[in-house]
Amino acid sequence: MTTLPQHTEKSLGLVIDLDTCVGCHACVTACKGWNTENYGAPLADTDAYGANPVGSFLNRVHSYEVQPETGPAQLFHMPKSCLHCADAPCVTVCPTGASYKRVEDGIVLVNEQDCIGCGLCAWACPYGAREMDPSEGVMKKCTLCVDRIYNENLPEEDRQPACVRTCPAGARHFGDLSDPESDVSKLVAERGGIDLMPEQGTSPVNQYLPPRPRDEAPEFDVLAQFLEPVAEEPSGFLGWLDRTLSKVS
Amino acid sequence: MNVQLNTSPKVSDEVRKTTCYMCACRCGINVHLKDGKVAYIEGNKDHPVNKGVLCAKGSSGIMQHLSPARLRSPLKRVGPRGSGEFEEISWEEALETAVSWLKPLRDSDQSKLAFFTGRDQSQSFTSFWAQAFGTPNYAAHGGFCSVNMAAAGIYTMGGAFWEFGQPDWDRTKLFMIFGVAEDHDSNPIKMGLGKLKARGAKVIGVNPIRTGYNAISDEWVGITPGTDGLFILSLVHCLMKAGKIDLDYLARFTDAPCLVNGDEKSDEFGLILKDAAGKALVLDRKTGKPTPFDDPDVEPDLSGSYRHAGITHRPVLHHMADRYLSDTYAPETVAAKIGITAERIRAIAADLARVAFDEAIELDREWTDFRGKKHSKMVGRPVAFHAMRGISAHSNGFQTCRALHVLQIILGSVEVPGGFRFKPPYPKPFWAHPKPHATHQPGQPLDGPHLGFVHGPDDLLLKNDDPQINDPNTPKRIDKAFSWENPMSSHGLMHMLISNAHAGDPYKIDTMMLYMANMSWNSSMNTSGVMQMLTDKDENGDYVIPRIIYSDAYSSEMVAYADLILPDTTYLERHDCISLLDRPICEAEAAADAIRWPVVEPDRDVRGFQSVLCDLGGRLGLPGFTNEDGSTKYKDYADYIQNHERKPGVGPLAGWRGNGDEHGRGGANPNQIEKYIENGSFWVSHIPEEAEFYKPWNAAYQDWAVNLGLYDAPTPYLFTLWSEPLRRFQLAAEGKHRLSPPEHLKARYAETMDPLPLWYPPFSDADEGYDVHALTQRPMAMYHSWGSQNAWLRQIHGRNPLYVPTKIWEANGFEDGDWAKVTSPHGNITVPVAHMAALNENTVWTWNAIGKRKGAWALEPDAPEATKGFLLNHIIHELLPPKGDGLRWANSDPITGQAAWFDLRVKIEKTEAPEESQPSHPGQKSPVGAGPSTVKQKLGE
Repeated sequence: MTTLPQHTEKSLGLVIDLDTCVGCHACVTACKGWNTENYGAPLADTDAYGANPVGSFLNRVHSYEVQPETGPAQLFHMPKSCLHCADAPCVTVCPTGASYKRVEDGIVLVNEQDCIGCGLCAWACPYGAREMDPSEGVMKKCTLCVDRIYNENLPEEDRQPACVRTCPAGARHFGDLSDPESDVSKLVAERGGIDLMPEQGTSPVNQYLPPRPRDEAPEFDVLAQFLEPVAEEPSGFLGWLDRTLSKVS
Repeated sequence: MNVQLNTSPKVSDEVRKTTCYMCACRCGINVHLKDGKVAYIEGNKDHPVNKGVLCAKGSSGIMQHLSPARLRSPLKRVGPRGSGEFEEISWEEALETAVSWLKPLRDSDQSKLAFFTGRDQSQSFTSFWAQAFGTPNYAAHGGFCSVNMAAAGIYTMGGAFWEFGQPDWDRTKLFMIFGVAEDHDSNPIKMGLGKLKARGAKVIGVNPIRTGYNAISDEWVGITPGTDGLFILSLVHCLMKAGKIDLDYLARFTDAPCLVNGDEKSDEFGLILKDAAGKALVLDRKTGKPTPFDDPDVEPDLSGSYRHAGITHRPVLHHMADRYLSDTYAPETVAAKIGITAERIRAIAADLARVAFDEAIELDREWTDFRGKKHSKMVGRPVAFHAMRGISAHSNGFQTCRALHVLQIILGSVEVPGGFRFKPPYPKPFWAHPKPHATHQPGQPLDGPHLGFVHGPDDLLLKNDDPQINDPNTPKRIDKAFSWENPMSSHGLMHMLISNAHAGDPYKIDTMMLYMANMSWNSSMNTSGVMQMLTDKDENGDYVIPRIIYSDAYSSEMVAYADLILPDTTYLERHDCISLLDRPICEAEAAADAIRWPVVEPDRDVRGFQSVLCDLGGRLGLPGFTNEDGSTKYKDYADYIQNHERKPGVGPLAGWRGNGDEHGRGGANPNQIEKYIENGSFWVSHIPEEAEFYKPWNAAYQDWAVNLGLYDAPTPYLFTLWSEPLRRFQLAAEGKHRLSPPEHLKARYAETMDPLPLWYPPFSDADEGYDVHALTQRPMAMYHSWGSQNAWLRQIHGRNPLYVPTKIWEANGFEDGDWAKVTSPHGNITVPVAHMAALNENTVWTWNAIGKRKGAWALEPDAPEATKGFLLNHIIHELLPPKGDGLRWANSDPITGQAAWFDLRVKIEKTEAPEESQPSHPGQKSPVGAGPSTVKQKLGE
């Protein structure tokens, strides 16, 4: 068993906008690229060109179809990675102390030296956010790019997670969710951000902004005024044209 | 818990900035190197295209660069075509072999060489080479991609979407997007959608399939494929009927007031009346007299008609009223066909009207138009549109694309704040582009550029000047571009090349040279048939298409069908220029161009194809590629990029010309590429504020463009709602021209080549009993075939089931894991199915080009791409079903020749699961073997 800190100085995390995410997977491969070359073991791909390629990814995009009672079916894209929970069951279940939550910023990490690859943490995580590396046998998970966000070798503007930096639609935001004045906290307040699966009692730091309503029935009564006919026939149209142009000039 | 963690690791030894090539978007990238090797790729924040962001493909570029499918050396075929059996040869042998095949053709009949390029980003260079060689048979892939979109845009308003222009993302309040391939222009569109979403602007997606951009649209129109034109013209109907059209804009900037010749007896019946100097005439509201459109004092009248010698000549807008106010386009008439309700059509039209007119915006910027009139403000109609292949890849695509532009124009929303904006070198009217050329003499260059914009029948490329040829309507080009069959085929017809060469129709060729075009697989219609054509032999046992030279960086399906392989480099190992002469990376507020440069050197015996063409040009003694003493002019492509001048002072790159302080126009600069590299591999020149909108008519923009070398002189023009080139072809069919189309085409000319956009059913509507529409889309994380060799991307899109809508799913009793036989009038395939509800109820679809032939792309033979993947291409023929007249009718748009991919109609039935998708082709031998089992490169500690 590993203990969680009573309190963290910050709660760094992601705010993911499900209204805007087009499901392009840019965040998936930007993450794979940075984290293969950086924190811990590379993110390996086995059977990479064969029948059943299996690679470790710290971030994946899932798509879900929803059929509302009225109106057409809808498709939502849901990027998912570690939510850096305040009550992270993946940490408390770890038998070696390899999994831990940082006091200074709340990031949940795996110290790969101490990881024995038992997989208990992946079993404990209700979000399926941890993946065993198929080659190295160590547990991999989102580090919130801890080696980018404080990295003094990077320009200030680049000190953000790779997924946030690359997101073309601007659907991913990074910041301190314990600070009510932070941009991310304000965004969450404004857009009604939600915890993922709150019933699990994990207190996730990452927040999701729900999609705005889609396909609302047109308020034709309101819109009809914009299409008041000026004429029914071409000849009537030409009459209207003549009257209108005379007014202008 | 306190773990020592280095939160400031060294990122890399060096960052080299170049241009991505994981698709055609051309974003700027930072390539991080460690120990001289590629470690990590990210977007370049300074770059005008992507401003730092990068898509899934771009961030996976490292896996493309390290792909096991990379070719390693020139290859000579030693087994039968299609087998993939090759022998490595030296570059000297490869180049001398090519010269031994090409030189005799150049000295006798250059049309025996067909040189076609696929996803080439150097078309101004490859076409220049083909022109110097003298073959009329050159084109790139536009004909099977989106020429309807490009040509309709240029013929209507002097530019189309994507490279031609973009929505005013910062000001648009209502955005409608039609049928967009989500892998193209992908970062700019996603960035733009993100801006709209952040502002709460409304997005309407029109697409039979609700993925990607349509998934996040606020309103989705799941339209029936091929009916977009009907929908758009119904919107036009509603708007005109309500008088919600921008009369001031139409009068000043379009041909709406231009007078149409109403004399049925005249050879110019239906053309625009012109004065002696050839200027289009409008009625002047003040004088009531016909006056040249550009007269400084004219007030063009939309209302009156001109009566002369007993004949009434009416303005274009009157003809539009006749057509679009008729019940043909009333919502009630068209709703069932389109697949949405009449009320919905009206609601969307009302929304467009509301935003365009009630929410109009004004910028306090003075500007002066081409007539010299000063305007105190820039008025904007904040509705914007974007469209791509979904509306264009139909046999009614050209007119549909024109219809969309007419909708934009009547709303006054082109080149205004909040609307659609051109990117330099556009706007550029069709008449400012070259016309097509095809005349060649042995040993001489072609008489001009291959591709261009015809103005009428006089510009067709027919063998009517050749006494040896009996039929004066015989096409000059192998693909029959610019013939009566495909008169306005501005990008050529790459999809007809192999079919026509195999049939010897219009003539036989000797050598086919292809670059980056996977013609034996996903880049052909009728793929199985094409594989047969490439391997067919004549009565002497020789291949019907005698010689095939192919250049590709990777072991694609097409490699197996070539006789000589010239291996290309990866995009990180090469020079390229993204040129203003070609398809540049400009933005609405700036001209820009870019380069690629070898951020690492190849570790294989490969050469950039453009450098190889410089070498071949020298060996063949081509003009433009040899010095006066006969020596080779350019040692490689970089040398060409810096030193070639298309005309004095204008070269492939616009930045840092002359001594490095001239931009646009200026002499060649031997340090130009160095300057680009110092600047992050791109160059930008911003448009002055007063010139940022109304560009086709804005004197300040016109002057800026001349100064930069985009125009030789100011080129203002009116948007052409009424297309005279189309009307001239109709006149020819009516017997009012010295040339006449063949009898069998005359009815089609009358029906389709209308000077005003109209809708006619796709030709496949005649396929009785085939009630289901079948489409393909490209995913955002894959670019055509390339992604399958990418270990990361193939884990995202390694399978492509046929997605089936609920109605068809339930009718067939499908369950998860089922397979279906899908039959078109041309053939059938057997494929895995999956249910998808967010889909037009009569449409099935799949991801394009996920299916692979065994042995290609260094995949294992049991890779799912080869066992469960499939192509719809097998059941799309390049020809329409025979009509019994003995003629080969192309499955193309009758105006431009664009491949009508999305006309496909099928029937679908549940079937026993086969072992593999059908048809299953035998594997090709891989010249590079298969990839490693585990990938885990890490260069750092």
